[in-house]
Amino acid sequence: MVELSQEQIEKLKALGRTQKENLIKLGEEFKEKVKNYKASIYTCNATSCHSGGAASVLDAFRESLTAAGLEADVRVVCTGCMGLCASGPLARVEIKGKKAVLYQHVTPDMARVIVSEHVVPALKTEGEVKTSDYLKKQELSLDLPFFTKQRKIVLRLLGHSDPEDLGEYIANGGYQGLMKALTMKPEEVLEIIKKSGLRGRGGGGFPTGTKWEMLSKSPLVDGEKFMICNGDEGDPGAYMDSCILGGGSHAVLEGMMIGAYATGATSGWFYIRAEYPLAIQRMELAIKQAKRYGILGRNIFGTDFNFMADIRYGAGAFVCGEETALMSSVEGKRGTPRPRPPFPTQKGLFDKPTAINNVETLANVGPIMVNGPEWFSEVGTATSKGTKVFAITGKVKHSGLVEVPMGTTVGEMVNDIGGGTSSGKPFKAVQTGGPSGGVIPASELHMPLCYEELKKIGSMMGSGGMIVMDQDDSMVEIAKFYLGFTVDESCGKCAPCRIGGYQMLQLMKKIADGKGTKADVAKIKEIGNAMKKASLCGLGQTAPNPVLSTMKFFKNEYDALLIDGNEPDEENTEKQVKACNINTKK
Amino acid sequence: MAEDKTKIQEDTRKILVKWKTKRGSLIMALHEIQGAFGYVPWDAMEVVAEELKIPMAQIYSVLTFYNYFKLTAPGKVVISICDGTACHIKGGQSVIEAFEKELGVPAGTTTEDGLFYIQIVRCLGCCGLAPVVVVNGKTYGRVTPLDAPKIVAEWRETMAKEGV
Repeated sequence: MVELSQEQIEKLKALGRTQKENLIKLGEEFKEKVKNYKASIYTCNATSCHSGGAASVLDAFRESLTAAGLEADVRVVCTGCMGLCASGPLARVEIKGKKAVLYQHVTPDMARVIVSEHVVPALKTEGEVKTSDYLKKQELSLDLPFFTKQRKIVLRLLGHSDPEDLGEYIANGGYQGLMKALTMKPEEVLEIIKKSGLRGRGGGGFPTGTKWEMLSKSPLVDGEKFMICNGDEGDPGAYMDSCILGGGSHAVLEGMMIGAYATGATSGWFYIRAEYPLAIQRMELAIKQAKRYGILGRNIFGTDFNFMADIRYGAGAFVCGEETALMSSVEGKRGTPRPRPPFPTQKGLFDKPTAINNVETLANVGPIMVNGPEWFSEVGTATSKGTKVFAITGKVKHSGLVEVPMGTTVGEMVNDIGGGTSSGKPFKAVQTGGPSGGVIPASELHMPLCYEELKKIGSMMGSGGMIVMDQDDSMVEIAKFYLGFTVDESCGKCAPCRIGGYQMLQLMKKIADGKGTKADVAKIKEIGNAMKKASLCGLGQTAPNPVLSTMKFFKNEYDALLIDGNEPDEENTEKQVKACNINTKK
Repeated sequence: MAEDKTKIQEDTRKILVKWKTKRGSLIMALHEIQGAFGYVPWDAMEVVAEELKIPMAQIYSVLTFYNYFKLTAPGKVVISICDGTACHIKGGQSVIEAFEKELGVPAGTTTEDGLFYIQIVRCLGCCGLAPVVVVNGKTYGRVTPLDAPKIVAEWRETMAKEGV
């Protein structure tokens, strides 16, 4: 940054103070504006509902409201993800003083009926409104466990606000966390985050406060230190970050800025998958608005804090979710990981100290600052605090995006929130952590979802993908699918992952084709354990998980495919694995 | 083709103006080039090498590392079939096979007439609609193998109307 004179800085500070006032005013103006509305129609326009035709639903709502002369009375809001993606497009009608009604599978035709049968009578006549059986059938109870069992911190505003309206974000307490942080000392902010017990939501679960403290201790290099938001959600079947970025981009930016203030970082980067155009577009808009209102820039809100942020696109490489590979990609290079230490907080992006945080982690920071660390740490288990967002998909009735307190059991997730299997057939297992995770079988429904328990069972929290499978799904097939994915995505830099993964996949194919033997299973375990210990980065270290965990819990399915599956087990399996462990010990 | 080359290089030079001064901008520049041409033409790469002062070999290595970048022009109708986990367990594989059979080419290639290009993608973020197929930005949810011929026919008609 260019050096400024004291006089110039004072001027900028004065401007910052005015900008802060303007921002608060923007929120007040929003409140004033919506006060006059008699009703609101919230229409989900996140990726899933949008793909289902939500844009034309929105148009239909607007047109029929105009036709009814109600365009000034009813606010039509295009929102972020409402959660129950399987029933999309979703629309929620809120008439002042009445209970909200949620409609599922809304089409443009249905939108017109909703206006004529529900909205118009409600606003023009007294008393209860009776809608036709057709509309009744499309109603989705908001008392479903899917909604009532959730606890929303990160997804709080998604589905309830217009993500493109900065005024609405401010009116809902947005940037209050940042404003509060800026009145404190950086170390006080760090203390709050540490005390809250917030841990990385990208999978690893590293304490955020500790990571930030490490960065705060690293001195600036050439006057710079960075924050990176990891939005490279590569896990196939998971879309939490996509929705959080698309529906709450300001909250993520706010979290990053609080982190930057606490650590002394000078600028930030959002690394977002190119496959998420809506997330990119919303983040670009948030940055633009933030610059305009002086949230980003010099002497923010009249303080000495300066910060700028920019976006970099991912380009379809799963390994770039790994932090050292991600930094390499932000630098415009091939996304290959490098050994740690040095840790990114010492030597990161462009060789300067860098902290990399997941999208959801950052989205938690603002609310923690506003409500205090105790408010946050009250939720969750002893070691996993707060909530976690999951994308529950696969063969589950209520597939969608949910946020639950840490410690919610697998059973509550699948049966209550998920509503059981979509096929009605018996539930078999749920896969968490995507290609890096493992399966949780039906026998473990009582297991609480938190970092430690998931790790113990051979899976991991991952970023929050949760795939439900019923009795028709072959566990061997699903393990082969995941392994095929990681082999495809291996960057090829280190041998254990490049060669091990490939060989393992060949053996898995052999088994799936019914040509495998017990010796092949033993070999797979041997390779898997070697990969776990010797691979350079998380991709290779966790790639064997789906295979090893299905072998552990669904051995019978493997045995049924083996030529010698009926023969008694030999003991050499254990021995081989042990021998292998010794060979690969670091 | 000589005219094409000049045009591509001119356009690329324009795109690069804003990226020249930013550090680590190679991937962003390539994204914008692909956005403009549908793929990253060799002629454009030459200009990138010159303007950003990055060796051709390095540009090529970056392009081939990331799945998102294409080195050849895709067909006019791009059929993206999701094979993310949710789509996979709901029958995504059979949808892929149905499209391959219908068009007579394997995924990752363009039909001989240059009209259709099939690509397999990993998760489009709308798992609630699995299995999902996206054709030139239009999304089809809960696709079955039987839908493949219908979708192809629909796009043949659309393209015929547009005179392609």
